[in-house]
Amino acid sequence: MELKEIQRLEGHTDRVWSLDWNPATGHAGIPLVFASCSGDKTVRIWEQNLSSGLWACKAVLEETHIRTVRSCAWSPSGKLLATASFDGTTAIWENVGGDFECVSTLEGHENEVKSVCWNASGTLLATCGRDKSVWIWEVLPGNEFECVSVLQGHAQDVKMVKWHPTEDILFSCSFDNSIKVWADEGDSEDWGCVQTLREPNNGHTSTVWALSFNASGDKMVSCSDDLTVKVWGTENVGIQSGGGFAPWRHICTLTGYHDRTVFSVHWSREGIFASGAADNAIRLFVDDNESQVGGPQYKLLLKKEQAHDMDVNFVQWSPGEKPMLASASDDGTIKVWELIS
Amino acid sequence: MVSGLINANPVIYEKKERRARTAPSTFHDEYAVEPIDQQEDPEYSYSLEQLKVVTEEAIEVDDKRNYVRVTFTPTVQHCSMVTIIGLCIHVKLMRSLPSRYKVDIRVAPGSHTTVDEVNKQLRDKERIAAAMENPNIVHLLDDCLAPSFD
Repeated sequence: MELKEIQRLEGHTDRVWSLDWNPATGHAGIPLVFASCSGDKTVRIWEQNLSSGLWACKAVLEETHIRTVRSCAWSPSGKLLATASFDGTTAIWENVGGDFECVSTLEGHENEVKSVCWNASGTLLATCGRDKSVWIWEVLPGNEFECVSVLQGHAQDVKMVKWHPTEDILFSCSFDNSIKVWADEGDSEDWGCVQTLREPNNGHTSTVWALSFNASGDKMVSCSDDLTVKVWGTENVGIQSGGGFAPWRHICTLTGYHDRTVFSVHWSREGIFASGAADNAIRLFVDDNESQVGGPQYKLLLKKEQAHDMDVNFVQWSPGEKPMLASASDDGTIKVWELIS
Repeated sequence: MVSGLINANPVIYEKKERRARTAPSTFHDEYAVEPIDQQEDPEYSYSLEQLKVVTEEAIEVDDKRNYVRVTFTPTVQHCSMVTIIGLCIHVKLMRSLPSRYKVDIRVAPGSHTTVDEVNKQLRDKERIAAAMENPNIVHLLDDCLAPSFD
């Protein structure tokens, strides 16, 4: 198996922190699209040409954020793009006949916003930041957004928020080394922390940078400054019928594969998860069917050294029939890869 | 700003004579020291070298693996400027070394009351990036770094 570089995309004038594939593209003749965000304070929209297969920058979203744009996320319908910035705001953009317009600005965080994520149905948005809080916003008609909860609990800077792929359960990870699970426990939209995955229960021993779910939502992978990647699982996704939340438990820790901070992990629909790390490499891991019972259940499929010239900040598998991998780096470039045998 | 000095009686060491050299294509320990030892300590106008906050011995360079590690020692255990010093060293090295270099900066074990906390912050490039967008911090860093550019 080989990770083959399809294209190297230049354009951003500072490090590229993150990107997000538009989930409504890549099928039925709709060309694949993704957005990227950077220390250059802009967001770029990239589209694949259907005949040549090559990527080009279709739009640059600028003059809105006044500091680094750290994270971007398309709504499930692909119609809206949320961008989170060190300037403390989250902007919502709409594609109006090829031009992207900022239709709303979410304020509230006290300082840098670090991550933004939509839930599966597109009815809720979550953000988090250095002020240690996680905010949940309700999506209302007319591009209105209302904050429904400000969740305190993390002891430090919150690096990423991610909704479960099917349930309205929110996960966050932090500089405080923990992963927190947040759920709405009653009818009154009373959001609270239902579980914390921390060091004593096989949790990470340094900053947790990212997490990702498998397609069925019963497994989660997390990555950290502690140089490990951990896999977690749950028996029953979501709230069980009798009430109460089914806890997540540690399945295995992948140690010795990374020798510098792991910034990003993403699980593909085919069951392969990719990692992006501070050693400029991309690694792919897969289920190890031959493992002994009780032993590690995941193995390294391949390591792409020098995938970029500098740290790999973000990796994400594409939607669509033939999954590709996109990576974003401190070197200011984005690369699109194909996994071939 | 601070009303009293954190360390009113620092020990001052002799500056080492450095021979002039042309910019090398490979790097050794001395070259990594040169850009940072002339940095000014944020509290006084002595350099980090004169205060023995940074010494040649505390710098590891591996040119083949593109790796530099700097271990620095604040003059007192409770130094509140420790993160700023670390940030200064980081910024100076980023501006002086090729982008292929991985730079690790840490406080010498046992030399400060909050070594682990400080080291964790200095390892967090996202927090460093955010700090570098703060004009107040940038001004302070530029003041500390100015003598090192002569």
